[in-house]
Amino acid sequence: MGRDDIAMTASDASSAVTSPVPDKPVGHGTATTPALSISTVSHSYGARRALIDVDFTVAPASFTALLGLNGAGKSTLFSLVTRLFAIQAGGIRIFGHDIGQSPGEALRLMGVVFQPRTLDLDLSVMQNLLYHAALHGIGRRDARLRSDEILSRIGLADRAGSKVRDLSGGQMRRLEIARALLHRPRLLLLDEATVGLDVKARADILGHVRHLVTEQGIGVLWATHLFDEIIPSDNLVILHQGRVLARGEVARVLEEAGARDVNSAFMRLTGTQSGSLTP
Amino acid sequence: MSSAILDQDRRGFFFTEYVTCLNGIVWREALRFLHQRERFVSALVRPLVWLFIFAAGFRQVLGISIIPPYETYILYEVYIAPGLMAMIQLFNGMQSSLSMVYDREMGNMRTLLVSPLPRWYLLSCKLLAGTTVSLLQVYAFLLIAWFWDITPPPVGYIAVLPALILSGLMLGALGMLISSGIKQLENFAGVMNFVIFPMFFASSALYPLWRVREGSPLLYYVCQFNPFTHAVELIRFALYGQVNWISLVVVGGCTAVFMIAAILAYDPSHGLARRGPAGGET
Repeated sequence: MGRDDIAMTASDASSAVTSPVPDKPVGHGTATTPALSISTVSHSYGARRALIDVDFTVAPASFTALLGLNGAGKSTLFSLVTRLFAIQAGGIRIFGHDIGQSPGEALRLMGVVFQPRTLDLDLSVMQNLLYHAALHGIGRRDARLRSDEILSRIGLADRAGSKVRDLSGGQMRRLEIARALLHRPRLLLLDEATVGLDVKARADILGHVRHLVTEQGIGVLWATHLFDEIIPSDNLVILHQGRVLARGEVARVLEEAGARDVNSAFMRLTGTQSGSLTP
Repeated sequence: MSSAILDQDRRGFFFTEYVTCLNGIVWREALRFLHQRERFVSALVRPLVWLFIFAAGFRQVLGISIIPPYETYILYEVYIAPGLMAMIQLFNGMQSSLSMVYDREMGNMRTLLVSPLPRWYLLSCKLLAGTTVSLLQVYAFLLIAWFWDITPPPVGYIAVLPALILSGLMLGALGMLISSGIKQLENFAGVMNFVIFPMFFASSALYPLWRVREGSPLLYYVCQFNPFTHAVELIRFALYGQVNWISLVVVGGCTAVFMIAAILAYDPSHGLARRGPAGGET
């Protein structure tokens, strides 16, 4: 079975990850509306093709891992979903809102944690949150209430007045996640959110994000190159050299790839050597 | 479905959300400025060095005849004060663009650009925030200059404010436009050599244009076409409660052109989209 065959078969695997992408906007907030629909998206940097016909969806209240090597196209995809780059081909919808046609409505429903740190190191923890709240039009009083609440939840309440540059790497990542949740999005995108963190900090952050899915019904797209961050109940999208090679529930992807674990499935699908995705 | 979710699904934005966003961006820019005290000091030291040293040295060499808006002979220090005010704004505009290049390289710029409010509005707020900071610097300079016997009429301190806002916006928009074309922070040194110095020296900031014409007719025409010359003249006239209409039109027109170009340059389908992701990302 070739890669395309697997991708084709896997595309029918799970309603959570692979439901057909609607051509027209659907009713907002309905149970059937995907949190994120990526429909045959392609992107090139000059002659280099970074994404080729990428196509998958993320359901509300689901955790979808986007697995790929460095250079697979994950960050390019994030830049397209967040409208940092314009879409060259295909379409992207957030809860039915086309990111190109209605960017404001789409971005309002989305929280993002980018791969590079995007906090202002010279400002305090609270100031960073208030700035983000202002960018979403949230008034100062409401923003303070939300910030206090969210800092308590992530265990940084006592660091509200600290400069961000004085936080540890794990604390900064938690703060970035808290900031991404401040405007109460229904879709959370995280691009390699645990890179550079120790094992405990990684586990804490992953646990926190999974908790958001179950407790708050947030749809999560978690881009990673680390196999051990994926568990059987997740949905999985394997991206390699700009193409989606497989997608669906983890069990289904394993079955289609004829592999016992995600590591083996990835190696089999991509033809890469074992151990190439170590942290 | 909760009311919060229904609220998120509405189209467009309330007026209060725009105002909150503007306040937030200006507040953040002011905080950054206050945290970087050396930036404030260096922004003041630069024009003061010109005023206290350069102007004192050249006072006897560069005599000024009676030219509008002045009604009598003036000291050279008085003549170059508006040019130095514009210089503060020029450097501030370029400093802001340097900060935007840095933010883009470090990733902070994304925080701004993924805000749901329209991108043209976000960039306009950023521009306004930078201009506000430049106003603080200019008025601090005017305060110090007052002790150096540079005392425009009291009404001039108020009349100059709109001129400063307009020239600040023009120079900030130019800086923003330049920042959209700079791929790496290291390239920014070129801005110093190819933008700041030529704009400043080929203008009426340091010497009146009639004197330039005597020396070099070609340079005179270059100065006439330099928008910075008109920013200086707009400020100079406003400081004495007058309006230089030609400068007003030129500065207003250039502000509009630079702003539109900068907004287009930061539009995903024009500027940033052409580049690959930041280093280390794919």
